[in-house]
Amino acid sequence: MLKDITLGQYYQTESVIHRLDPRVKIGGTLLFIISILLYKYITGYAIAVLFVAFVICLSHVPFKFMVRGMRSVLVLMLITVIFNLIMTSQGEPVVQIWKITITDEGLVLALSMMLRLALLVIGSSVMTLTTTPNNLADGMEKMLGFLKVFRVPVHEVAMTMSIALRFIPLLMEETDKIMKAQMARGADFEHGNLFVRAKAMVPLLVPLFISAFRRANDLAMAMEARCYRGGDGRTKMKPLKYHKRDYIAYGILILFMIVSVWFGRTKWW
Amino acid sequence: MGIVKTDELVFEYIRRDEEGNVDGITTAVDHVSLDVQPGSFIAILGHNGSGKSTLAKHINAILSPTEGTVIVDGMDTTDDTKTWDIRQCAGMVFQNPDNQIIGQVVEEDVGFGPENMGVPTKEIWERVEESLKAVGMYEFRKYSPGRLSGGQKQRVSIAGVLAMHPKVIIFDEPTAMLDPVGRKEVIRSARALNQVEGITIILITHYMEEIVHADQVFVMDQGKIAMKGTPREIFSQVEKLRSLRLDVPQVTMLAHILRKRGLQIPEGILTREELIKAICGD
Amino acid sequence: MPIILDHVNYIYQDGGNEQVMALKDINLTIPDGQFIGIIGHTGSGKSTLVQHLNGLLKATSGHIYYDGQDIYEKDYQLKDLRSKVGLVFQYPEHQLFEADIFSDVCFGPKNLGLPKKDVEYRAFNALRSVGMPEELYYQSPFDLSGGQKRRVAIAGVLAMQPKVLVLDEPTAGLDPRGRDEILGLIKDLQTGSNMTIILVSHSMEDVAQYVDRILVMDHGSILYDGTPREVFRHYKELETIGLAAPQVTYIMHELKAKGLSVDEDAITLNEAADQIMNLFRR
Repeated sequence: MLKDITLGQYYQTESVIHRLDPRVKIGGTLLFIISILLYKYITGYAIAVLFVAFVICLSHVPFKFMVRGMRSVLVLMLITVIFNLIMTSQGEPVVQIWKITITDEGLVLALSMMLRLALLVIGSSVMTLTTTPNNLADGMEKMLGFLKVFRVPVHEVAMTMSIALRFIPLLMEETDKIMKAQMARGADFEHGNLFVRAKAMVPLLVPLFISAFRRANDLAMAMEARCYRGGDGRTKMKPLKYHKRDYIAYGILILFMIVSVWFGRTKWW
Repeated sequence: MGIVKTDELVFEYIRRDEEGNVDGITTAVDHVSLDVQPGSFIAILGHNGSGKSTLAKHINAILSPTEGTVIVDGMDTTDDTKTWDIRQCAGMVFQNPDNQIIGQVVEEDVGFGPENMGVPTKEIWERVEESLKAVGMYEFRKYSPGRLSGGQKQRVSIAGVLAMHPKVIIFDEPTAMLDPVGRKEVIRSARALNQVEGITIILITHYMEEIVHADQVFVMDQGKIAMKGTPREIFSQVEKLRSLRLDVPQVTMLAHILRKRGLQIPEGILTREELIKAICGD
Repeated sequence: MPIILDHVNYIYQDGGNEQVMALKDINLTIPDGQFIGIIGHTGSGKSTLVQHLNGLLKATSGHIYYDGQDIYEKDYQLKDLRSKVGLVFQYPEHQLFEADIFSDVCFGPKNLGLPKKDVEYRAFNALRSVGMPEELYYQSPFDLSGGQKRRVAIAGVLAMQPKVLVLDEPTAGLDPRGRDEILGLIKDLQTGSNMTIILVSHSMEDVAQYVDRILVMDHGSILYDGTPREVFRHYKELETIGLAAPQVTYIMHELKAKGLSVDEDAITLNEAADQIMNLFRR
């Protein structure tokens, strides 16, 4: 079962990308996404593809893991491609099927849209595959720290998130146990229409909720017993500190953004 | 004065029925006075509902007395300004191995306490290393808790408390959810901490085999202390223990049965060796 | 209606994409009315094995027959099997969900599609057989004590009127009195109704006292299968796999080693006491 708390996303290995500060990766992914959304021409996407391939190489994560995330958007991609192929009427016709004309510009557009989706998905995958959820939470907590001025409970939210992540595998195990226990009493979670199945969830959800509350209660007591009193005065065991590699990464990212957006919005031909 | 002292401690809570109306008052702890000497190993026994866990939660100020006082290392638990110092001084290991681990990685969980106390980063790492070594879990420091057995998780929690440099560690039924192997690991760690580091240990349990090496044993029933003495003195009173819904280890029970049947064996036999010696007479 | 397991293997993928062989070539016949104890270290496959008996887990290879029928046959109704082979999980009180305990116990028979009168009749009987007082039938399960909640959960399975009852560590987390009550209840069920009972346990003393037959599991295989007496003769081998024999077994063997003529096969307190008293009657 899910014994290691990674939501099936984090891929454990050694690489320079793994060692980057999470803030670089979060910020980098944002910059990447913004760049992609700014492209007008396929040249931009082409540069982005090269950049992503470079990063994936550096990350030592097998390509198949990166592509896994695409499975969920495959249908969307297909629809986008077909839509663009059919609906584009500008440009020189390339092929004719029945009443539908596919033009060369249509082809380019369809390819661009497909690349755009793929890059968005892969771009975020790079971040989640190379950063543990806890690390991500730390990164977000540091980046959003300025919100504390506006009384936003940044630390508490980050702590809540990381505790929730820690308990996800436990709750999943518990769901499995409760399901089995109710099935042993003849409960049926598989058959019946939507209404019947929703009702069948009660013997699963009620015990699960109660268990979650009980855990939360126990955990709160344990945290207090270990002197937890919120974020004030807390030190960190693994404080986030920038290293040379992080500054270099920031540099490369900004360079990438400038180059690809310029090429992506300038018509060459 | 001992390191933990309670004086006529009373804890009551109001029972309410479904509509929120008062149903009655339960006295969970009924005039309990304890004096625990520093460096000792104390066991508090009792059936479920006897008040032992409720009593334990007063020592680290999780609960406040209805009447009476609780003094920990000279500090009164009702003094709000001292709550955090009391909790640093008296750490607690709870029953459920999963519900007290906060970190996603063993070393991070052990560092949680020192982080809360504002200990500087470098020192946190030193404390984490020495605590994990003290409980024999140092090689597991990069593991996620999901990969550990129950006994190992409890040892991690012990390390987490140890990292706060407490003078007292309270173990609230730490073995109730463990298998026999896990139970042995936990009790061994507790004893080692007591003997090697001189930490005062207060063990709350209903497993009699675990208290054999305690300095003093208290047996609770209905919020009161029903029996008090050394393990040998307590084990001698088999019938009384059974009336208090407790059991004795098989060895002690066998000795008791033999004595009832007329064999001349001393009372309060704790271990197999003692029984064999008594029977063989050498 | 005996249960037969024929060359059953169970393999699953753990989180790290590794194949784990949880059950290795299990061959077992469980005759009617037997009281069986299954012991083994954590991870030995005991829980996996019992989940195969009511079809919650499907063997990777091999056959399981209930009452002569192959349960993996195409049209076999596993739901039926679950009403005949009842499984009580560890900490069964965690599955209670209804607003009152009577409704919760009705859940099982209701799922069998029985008419309301039959459902309620079964629920009444089940609650009575676990010794729940009638005044509590309409209480919320969360107002009960741990031991009471557990009995309600067991009643929930008994209401299915199973011919075989499997209990996974039914005494986990209970205090000594609670443990005695549950085991006594189980024993009564067995003698009163000729149910086949399978008890998974960590406590050798409990198993030795109550069961007719013990299965010792180790790393997915059945290591020993015999009467308690036969199995505990292998107490030295049991230790190598992380198990122990009852305290009494060790005592008897040590006495024998000292040259006393006792029957080392004594596994309960009374048998041991008889043997020892006999020594002194000469």
